[in-house]
Amino acid sequence: MTSAPTGPGAPTYDVVVIGAGIVGSAIARTLAGYRLSVALLDARDDVGEGTSKANTAILHTGFDAKPGSLESRLVHEGYHLLGDYAAATGIPVERVGAILVAWDTEQVGNLPGLQEKAVANGYPHTEIIGAREVYRQLPHIGPGALGGLTVPGESIICTWTTNFALATDAVRRGAALLLGRRCTGVTVAEEATVLHTSAGDVRTRWVVNAAGLGSDVIDQHFGFDRFHVTPRRGELMVFDKQARPLVEKIVLPVPSAVGKGVLISPTVYGNVMLGPTAEDLTDRTDTGTSEAGLEFLLEKGRRLMPQLLQEEVTATYAGLRAATEFSDYVVEVDAEQRYLLAGGIRSTGLSSGMALAEHVRGLLAETGALELTPRDDLPDPPRMPNIGEASLRPYQDAARIADDPAYGRIVCFCERVTAGEIRDTFAGTIPPTTLEGLRRRTRAQNGRCQGFYCGAEVAELFETRAAAVTAEGQAHR
Amino acid sequence: MSTDTNAADADAAEATRDLTPDVVVVGAGPAGLRAATELARTLSGEVLVLEREREAGGIPRHSDHLGYGIRDLGRFVTGPTYARMLRDKATDAGATILTEAMATDWAGPGELMVTSPEGRLRVAARAVVLASGARERPRAARQIPGDRAHGVLTTGTLQNVVHLKNGTVGKRAVVVGAELVSWSAVLTLRHAGCRTVLMTTTHSQAESYWLFQRPGRLAFKTPVATRTRVTRIIGRPRVQAVEIEDLDTGDRRTVECDTVILTGDWIPDNELARAAGVTLDPRTLGPLVDTALRTDLPGIFAAGNVLHPVDTADIAALDGAAVARHVRSYLDGARPTRDGVRLEVEAPLRWVAPGIVRPGDPAPPRRRLLLWTDEYVRAPRVVLEQGGRVVARRRVLWPAAPGRVFRVPSDLLDRIDARGGTVTVRLDS
Repeated sequence: MTSAPTGPGAPTYDVVVIGAGIVGSAIARTLAGYRLSVALLDARDDVGEGTSKANTAILHTGFDAKPGSLESRLVHEGYHLLGDYAAATGIPVERVGAILVAWDTEQVGNLPGLQEKAVANGYPHTEIIGAREVYRQLPHIGPGALGGLTVPGESIICTWTTNFALATDAVRRGAALLLGRRCTGVTVAEEATVLHTSAGDVRTRWVVNAAGLGSDVIDQHFGFDRFHVTPRRGELMVFDKQARPLVEKIVLPVPSAVGKGVLISPTVYGNVMLGPTAEDLTDRTDTGTSEAGLEFLLEKGRRLMPQLLQEEVTATYAGLRAATEFSDYVVEVDAEQRYLLAGGIRSTGLSSGMALAEHVRGLLAETGALELTPRDDLPDPPRMPNIGEASLRPYQDAARIADDPAYGRIVCFCERVTAGEIRDTFAGTIPPTTLEGLRRRTRAQNGRCQGFYCGAEVAELFETRAAAVTAEGQAHR
Repeated sequence: MSTDTNAADADAAEATRDLTPDVVVVGAGPAGLRAATELARTLSGEVLVLEREREAGGIPRHSDHLGYGIRDLGRFVTGPTYARMLRDKATDAGATILTEAMATDWAGPGELMVTSPEGRLRVAARAVVLASGARERPRAARQIPGDRAHGVLTTGTLQNVVHLKNGTVGKRAVVVGAELVSWSAVLTLRHAGCRTVLMTTTHSQAESYWLFQRPGRLAFKTPVATRTRVTRIIGRPRVQAVEIEDLDTGDRRTVECDTVILTGDWIPDNELARAAGVTLDPRTLGPLVDTALRTDLPGIFAAGNVLHPVDTADIAALDGAAVARHVRSYLDGARPTRDGVRLEVEAPLRWVAPGIVRPGDPAPPRRRLLLWTDEYVRAPRVVLEQGGRVVARRRVLWPAAPGRVFRVPSDLLDRIDARGGTVTVRLDS
């Protein structure tokens, strides 16, 4: 892994991006495409450990954004950029489409407005359908649906692979990955800005703040008091793969005065997801689940799709979204301090991230203070290991197993993860440092048994491999 | 569906090698190994056992305490010894056991796709025995909220960690459940130097764990909190406490611990059965079978704890012996009659296995009907009703107790009309 010295004689980067989530990784990747020295810095020991790891994993068209907003434009552009990038890198995507289902007359009445809004957001492909058509396309939803709005472009995507692909690409383009460095203070001087971190100082000319849940705190280090992040907890329930035939499309709620509903969505891993809740917290690390949250989801689920509740629950988890007092993204440059804020990026950041990176590049270029010369020696985008169900997985690949029997040794039975895939993660550009990190890279232990069979086996493989990586690292020193 | 999916399906059916055994057995636990042993002894063709783990033997491999082999082998041995004995018998009888071989999909009726280090295999057998067993529901399936804490394990994971990997757990454990497997967990915890500070059970009757109650309390001094449930896990990154609720008063208190073992609450590994289109019993969630252990798909049989989650290992093995007889007669051309009646249960019974009785069919394994109860009933009267009429009634001398299978002589079924309507089984005290 790329590590950089932090003592005297340490380099001064042209740009340090704080936050190795999807947005920060996308920005670092884009900037590393120019003749710049770039570092991607994060407080955690792995990329994508914050808001990016637990969202609803939907590649949004942006049909329901606020027309004219920055979010609307960037989600719209990012949808296409990420769609193309996913095809190039092998990020799992399934173009399943969505239907907003209306359950009362008020919601039916809201559909034409939503359709107009979609057009204003550059998405003209929605269609208002009657109850009969809703049930034809979603035969397993509960009784009482009155109509719906189709959004055929809404897709499901692997949020973990998206983050790893962007960060891997950034690193392979030469960006330094500085993990385990919590930024505790900032000193801005004429020559360079010094980021004081939990693992030493980092010098840089420019700073991009993409710190998600921590972005307001970083912003304060630069002397601002522009916005405040309220961690909004979203609890999700993941149902067994056996439930997948019930849900061919994303089932979205129609926004109404009664409040926000929950969605039911297939996942690229072949499961079905129900959620999220929305609950404002004060603790920016509280990803626990609550009794009330799970009860709320079960109650919603019973009405939306009673049959789903007959299936087993594979996982429950909670993600934190970085909600702010603003309805739009806050992306602003402070040329004097050589500082750019990309704040208030909600869950749509998954879809908009790559467009946001372009936008950031544009803002930096406009300042004239940073010379952006494209590189002509860029490596090809990385080809990511496939952990989605829609394309061939290693355990199914007769030729691959014949070449390397490790792909024939299934270690995690529920998710069909092989010893070969686990081994490969440790040889990757950004190897896992924790079992959690291994899970996000391979799906190992994410399945219905949650470790009943493979828990001990996977832990042993992880520890052996991780120890080997550490020993190798020490030998190189 | 995208075109990618279709490409994946087409490729998925590609195999390195085709195998054509007479019988393929999925799962090398007690049921599968015993079935393979009996079949290999009498069939001229190959009997192939597929085991996805590194070693055959199933759950007993990591239950390192005495209590195995009583009913089937007339022995009293530890789990690992028992597993080895079953494995050796199958191999000696001529069965082929393929380990690290997981049946992942069906390529056609009775045709399995298998992933193993030896390649992607297509196995087309004349008959299939599903003996994939059962697992304990993990935390998420039990919907226990709270922190995402390390140190929350099922008995299965615990025993894997301690007995197969020589790993360590914490020092203070709360064991959720107070049934047979829960005490097995307590034994394993003790072996690993971890004290069980509390066992919790939703049941009210101390008798629900009568077998272990006295020895358990004497040997381990383990307090059992009856009529309680765990409502929250507390602690990051490792468990620091659990919150438990008194089901009668609603009062909640926290119990400090660094390990939580979730025991029992079994679910059959029904994936392959369901993927084949086998009808499941909605109550056991395992394949619905008749007394000859046939599923509703010709040539597909099931045996062991995939049918009755869960009975003891020796009972599973004896299922295996029985299914071998029925598979042989199927291979000899015998076919079941289409007639048959469905067995249903009334609360507090949760399920009955097998679930179908056909006229002229053999008795179920060991001539026992297997039942599961959610309430303790001392010396119950078992009542069978058909068409609104009581057709059989029998007082038994042993209790029906939650957490373990309640076994009833199957000659009660002699009194039903196997061409009639649904039969309901209930308990009268």
